[in-house]
Amino acid sequence: MEDCLAKKMEITVSEAEKRTGRNAMNMQETYTAYLIETRAVESQSEGQCAPVDSLWRRYSEFELLRNYLSVTYPHIVVPPLPEKRADFVWHKLSADNMDPDFVERRRIGLENFLLRVASHPVLCQDKIFYSFLTQEGGWKEMVNETGFQLKADSRLKALNATFRVKNPDKRFTELKHYSDELQSVISHLLRVRARVADRLYGVYKVHGNYGRVFSEWSAIEKEMGDGLQSAGHHMDVYAASIDDILEEEEHYADQLKEYLFYAEALRAVCRKHELMQYDLEMAAQDLTSKKQQCEELATGTVRTFSLKGMTSKLFGQETPEQREAKIKVLEEQIQEGEEQLKSKNLESRDFVKSAWTDIERFKEQKNHDLKEALISYAVMQISMCKKGIQVWTNAKECFSKM
Amino acid sequence: DTSLAEVNSFSSSMPISPSSMINQYKFEDEPELRDLFITVDDPESHITAIETFITYRVVTKTSRGEFDSSEYEVRRRYQDFLWLKSKLEEAHPTLIIPPLPEKFIMKGMVERFSDEFIETRRKALHKFLNRIADHPTLTFNEDFKIFLTAQAWELSSHKKQGPGLLSRMGQTVRAVASSVRGGVKNRPEMFTEMNDYMETFSQKINVLDKIAHRIYKEEREYFNELKEYGPIHTLWSASEEDIADSLKGVASCIDKCCKATEKRMAGLSENLLPILHEYVLYSEILMGVLKRRDQIQGELESKVDALANKKTEKDLFSEEIGKLEDKVECANNALKADWDRWKQNMQCDMRSTFTNVAENNLHYYEECLATWESFLASQTVDLHVEEDSEDRP
Repeated sequence: MEDCLAKKMEITVSEAEKRTGRNAMNMQETYTAYLIETRAVESQSEGQCAPVDSLWRRYSEFELLRNYLSVTYPHIVVPPLPEKRADFVWHKLSADNMDPDFVERRRIGLENFLLRVASHPVLCQDKIFYSFLTQEGGWKEMVNETGFQLKADSRLKALNATFRVKNPDKRFTELKHYSDELQSVISHLLRVRARVADRLYGVYKVHGNYGRVFSEWSAIEKEMGDGLQSAGHHMDVYAASIDDILEEEEHYADQLKEYLFYAEALRAVCRKHELMQYDLEMAAQDLTSKKQQCEELATGTVRTFSLKGMTSKLFGQETPEQREAKIKVLEEQIQEGEEQLKSKNLESRDFVKSAWTDIERFKEQKNHDLKEALISYAVMQISMCKKGIQVWTNAKECFSKM
Repeated sequence: DTSLAEVNSFSSSMPISPSSMINQYKFEDEPELRDLFITVDDPESHITAIETFITYRVVTKTSRGEFDSSEYEVRRRYQDFLWLKSKLEEAHPTLIIPPLPEKFIMKGMVERFSDEFIETRRKALHKFLNRIADHPTLTFNEDFKIFLTAQAWELSSHKKQGPGLLSRMGQTVRAVASSVRGGVKNRPEMFTEMNDYMETFSQKINVLDKIAHRIYKEEREYFNELKEYGPIHTLWSASEEDIADSLKGVASCIDKCCKATEKRMAGLSENLLPILHEYVLYSEILMGVLKRRDQIQGELESKVDALANKKTEKDLFSEEIGKLEDKVECANNALKADWDRWKQNMQCDMRSTFTNVAENNLHYYEECLATWESFLASQTVDLHVEEDSEDRP
C-alpha cells in the first residue's frame, strides 16, 4: 500500500462560518466558509503535538479543485463533493442552504471528500491538492495557471450526446450501463426513504397527543389516575425519541448519496473512454481515406465516387505535375497521420489500463463501504426497536395498574 | 302505571339501600355463574322488492327455568335491535343500556354493505346482547327474552302491542314540562358529581377516539410507503455481485417489518378503535340517563309545587306525591348502583384495551428486532470469514 497523504497528515474540516462578501458582479452575497485544519502525523509519535495549520475555503473553491482533478486525471474515478443543494428532503428537514443542520452535514461531507482524495494513491500526490490544503492565498491563480480549463473537452459537458463508436471496449460499455443503473436505483431508494421517514415521524409524533388527554382524564379518576398519568409520560418519551433516530438515519442517507454521486464520476470515466475511442476511430478512418485517395491518384483508378473525380473527368484531367504535388502532400499527411494514430493508440491503451486499475480499486472500496453502510442501517434499526420495547414495556406496566 | 311496576324489579315494598344493591351485582363476567350464552353470527343478505337488508343469526343457550327450551336460534335485523334498545330504555329509564352500533358510519370510509362494515356491526351487536345478558336487572327483561326466542312473526306481532304511542307521548310531555320549569331544584350532590364527571369524561373519550383514529391513519400511510421500500433493495441487488446478498437481506428485513406493521394496525382496528367508539356512545347514553333521572325528580317537584297551591284535595295529592317519591328513590338507587357497575367495567375495559395496545406494540418491535438481529448476525459472519481468508497466506 503506497504511502498516501492521509497517512502523513491529519485533515479535518472543523468549522463552518457564515460570511458576507462581494461576488464577481460586485453584489453582496452571503456564503459559508469552512475551516480546513491540517497537522503532520509523524511528529506526534515523538510525543510533541505538531502545530495545526488552518485556512478557510468556501464551497466554490472545493468545486474548482474537483474540476481540476477531473480534467487532469481523466482515468480516475474522482471522489464526489457533497450535494450543492439539499435534495431528497422529507418535510422536517430544511431545503435551505443556510440551515445549520444542512451546513453541518455539508461540513462532514467536505471533510470526507478531502480524506477520500488524500487516501487515493494517485490523487494524493497532486501539488494543487496539497496547496489547497496548505496555501491560503493565491491558490485560485495557481489552479488557473495550470490551464486545465483548456484541456477540458467541451464535448464531455454534453453528457447525453451520443458518439457512434464502432468498437467500444465492452467492459466500459457494461460499466457505463452499471453506473446508470446505480444512479437510478440509489436516487429511487433515497426518495422512498425520505417518504418513509416522513411517515414514521408522523406515527411517533401522533402518540404525543396521548400525554395531555391522559393527564386531563386522570384528574377525574381515582383509581385509574396514576396509571394514566404515568403512561402518558411514556407516550411523550416515545414521541420525542424519533428525532434522534431520524437524525442518525440522515447520516446513512448521506453515505448512500456519496455513491449516488460516485456513479456520476464513474460515468464520466466511461465517457472519456468513449470520446477517446471515437477520436481514435475518426483518426483511423481519416487515415484510411487519405491512403485510398493517394492510391487512386497514383494508379489513376477511381474506386470511389468523388465529385472531384467527376469534375476532373468532365472538365479535363489534371496535369501530371499537379497530380505529383497532390500525392506528395497526401504522403506527408499520411505519415503524420500514422504517427498520430500510433500515439493515440498508445494513449488509449494507457488510459484503458490505468482507468481499469482505478476502477477495480473503486469497486472494492464501493463494496466495502456499502456493505458497512447496510450493516450500520441494521444497527440503527435494532437500536430503534430496543428503544420501542423499552417504552412500551414501561407503558404496559402503567396500563396494567390502571 | 302498572307496566312500569311490573318490569321494574324494585317495587316500593322492598327495602332498598344502595349498599345492599351493590353487593348484589357482579362487576365482571363470572363464567361459572352465567346461565345465558348468546352469539351473533352468520350475516345474510335479504333482497325484497322494496329493500335490501341484512339479518344476523342469534343463538341462545340457557339453563334458566323461565325459558321453555335450552337452545334457541333466531334471525334478527338491525331494526329489531333498535326496538329492543328502546323498550329497555322505556322500562328502565335510569339504567345504563349498552350502546348499539350506529345506523350509518359517517366517516364515509366504509360502504354500507361492505364485508368490513357488516363484520364490525356483527361484533358490536354480539357485544350489545352479551352486555344485556350480564346486566343483573336487564337480563330478566321480558322483551329481551322475546327478542332472543320469538320467531319472526311472533316478534312482529309482539312489537305491535305494548304501551305504544300514548305512553311515549306522555313521557315527552313530562320531559318538556320539566325543562320548562327550568330543571331540577334539589338535585342530590351525587348526581351533580356524576354529571360533572360525565361532561369531562365525554370530552376526553372523544379526543381519545380521534387520536386513536389518527394513529391508525398514520400507521397505514407508513405501511404504504414501506411496501415500496423493500423491493428497491432487491432491484438494486440485481446489478451487484459482492453486495447482492446484503441488499437482499435488507429487502427481506424491511418486508418482514412491513408485515409486522400490518399486524399492528389490525390490532388497533380490532381492539382499541371499537372500544373507544363504544365509550363515546356510552358517554352519550350516560348523559341521557342522568337527564331522565332529573326528569323523574322534576315530575315530583312540580307536583309538590302544585300541592303547595291547593288547599283542597290534599289527601289525593299526597298519595300521588308518595308514589312519585318512591319512583324517584327507585330511579336514584337504580342509577347509583348501575353507575358503580359501569365505572368498574369501564376501568376494566380501559385497562385491558390499553394493555393490549402496549402488547401489540411490544410484539411489533420484538419481531422487527429479531429480523434485523438475524440479518446482522449473517453479515458479521461473512465479515469474519472474509477476514480469516485474508489472513491466510
